[in-house]
Amino acid sequence: MKKILLMGNPNVGKSAVFSRLTGVRVMASNYPGTTVGFTQGFMKVAGERMCLVDVPGIYGLETTSKAEEIAVEMLNEGDVVINVVDATNIERSLHLTLHLLEQNVPVIVALNIWDDARHKGIKIDVPKMEELLGVPVVPTVAVSGEGLKELVSRIPEAANPSVKQRAEEERWTEVGRIASEVQSLHHRHHTILEALGDASVKPFTGLALAVLVMFASFQIVRFVGETLIAHLFEPLFNNLWLPVIMKLSAILGPGSFLHTIVIGGLIDGKVDFVQSFGLLTTGLFVPVAMVLPYVFAFYLVLGFLEDFGYLPRLAVLLDTMMHHMGLHGWAVIPSLLGLGCNVPGIMATRVLESRRERFIAATIISIGVPCAALQAMIWGLLGERGGKYVLIVYLSLFIVWITLGLVLNIVLKGLSPTLIMEVPPYRFPSFLVLFKKLWMRMHEFLKEALPIVLLGVAAINILYFFRIFDFIADLAAPVMTRVFGLPKEAVIALAIGFLRKDVAIGMLGTLGLTAKQLTVAVTALAMFFPCIATFIVLFKELGVRDTLKSIGIMLLTTLLVGGTLNAIL
Amino acid sequence: MPERIPLADMKNGEMGKIVEVLGGGGVQNRLRALRIMPGVEIKRVSGTFSHGPVVLQIGNSQTALGFGVCYKVIVEADR
Repeated sequence: MKKILLMGNPNVGKSAVFSRLTGVRVMASNYPGTTVGFTQGFMKVAGERMCLVDVPGIYGLETTSKAEEIAVEMLNEGDVVINVVDATNIERSLHLTLHLLEQNVPVIVALNIWDDARHKGIKIDVPKMEELLGVPVVPTVAVSGEGLKELVSRIPEAANPSVKQRAEEERWTEVGRIASEVQSLHHRHHTILEALGDASVKPFTGLALAVLVMFASFQIVRFVGETLIAHLFEPLFNNLWLPVIMKLSAILGPGSFLHTIVIGGLIDGKVDFVQSFGLLTTGLFVPVAMVLPYVFAFYLVLGFLEDFGYLPRLAVLLDTMMHHMGLHGWAVIPSLLGLGCNVPGIMATRVLESRRERFIAATIISIGVPCAALQAMIWGLLGERGGKYVLIVYLSLFIVWITLGLVLNIVLKGLSPTLIMEVPPYRFPSFLVLFKKLWMRMHEFLKEALPIVLLGVAAINILYFFRIFDFIADLAAPVMTRVFGLPKEAVIALAIGFLRKDVAIGMLGTLGLTAKQLTVAVTALAMFFPCIATFIVLFKELGVRDTLKSIGIMLLTTLLVGGTLNAIL
Repeated sequence: MPERIPLADMKNGEMGKIVEVLGGGGVQNRLRALRIMPGVEIKRVSGTFSHGPVVLQIGNSQTALGFGVCYKVIVEADR
């Protein structure tokens, strides 16, 4: 099968083109470095099925990061390259185009973000550009689909004008010549979005806006999450599901093995969705009614910030602080993604230049950044005892995140590289695109989380029923009671945290802990051993040795912080 | 009268033309990829507190550069 490669600079819309052409949904955002691996999909070109590959963005065919190495390797396997070019920025994009034309592969150019170019008063003479480059050039707007039909129909015309190899300097001169011949700029005034963009990176206005954005995001996530729970999911469970469960409970007979597994224990003769801990009670209630609403709310806000283009600006503002942690500003993006789920957060660290940076970033994410599922449970269970306790957990984790970075920066040899990053313009996201992305993330969450939550609940019940946990609990009792001030049963929650942390916190909810104990336990659980999905990705990204190191740091920090909280609260 | 100064010493809102990029091949390559190279007209958009990154405008796009690199980019500022 023929292989078509989508190549271009970072943040020119390759992933958006890919989703449109193949129907395969991939993450697309408004910041450079959204795609770190590659995704394949299939499409029909003139009746023939072909494989389309979404390649990570590159500036040239010389490599400086892992993502770029992947891209250049892929070039050898491609039969055709669709070179996606940013129409608002052809002076930069065409350098890669010329470099591609020097290779031995047919090329077709998609002149993307055509709508923005129009708005910005940039006119491009497309026929002239085709003539100068010697390959087809098709204007496109990937987010709306404009021009993509024509792009596909002209793929067979993709050509290679067999350009001789040029030196870097010559190539740039040629880019300048082509740009000046095909492009005419019309003067126009600064738009409001541009003014807002500039204000977001200036010291005073930038910090004020950052505080505002963070505060508003937090409030919106809480408001949307709480509203969904109180007015949709809790009524659904209490009014529709509870009667069904009560009937089932009577049939199975409380206390039987099946009842324990499926429905769990009865609290005062009734099913309690949080405490009963059966597959069809807590096993469904936790992921669907407690966690999903917050995951939805979080990704709603994050998706907007991503597509609007805010994240790179936050990276600029926090660059100085991140340097003290051995990272540069861009590294704040993986940590923010980690607040949704640690897995994509750690994967995003691949864009960082050095191994040292990737280690620091991945370690502080897996220890100090609580995922949305964990946060939802913290609010759900600890929030009832008072906002003060929730604040203590967040503050502790934030201090851990910063301190670990500072310490690792001192302990590990090496320098933190300088920030060199494109800052994309602000763009109003298309609601359809936002919705699709949100849907994709919801789907992913339910697919990944639901089975593991159910597995976790079943495992806990089976082990409980056969009293296997008593044995484990007795073994861990000294650490649990002396260091953390927790009952020995809490070790079971920590162990189950390896499967999923939301289940583990749900389990803590059944132990009748005091507010202080719950605060200590939740903080320890958030920092302690990554859940299995995070563990696997950590292992893949860091390798055996560094993963072990990272876990050593994790155990040590957890003991230290849990012990301290127990002592001072 | 144009003056040769490092980007770090430019004021926000000032325009100029890059005349020289110092530093090793690695840095030069990465900067060139973003079209930060001699002959290119730039405008400094902003700088942040305590030696934070500088944001500059090149044509229609903006790039953020850590402060260290800003001493390596020599500009002929329009003053």
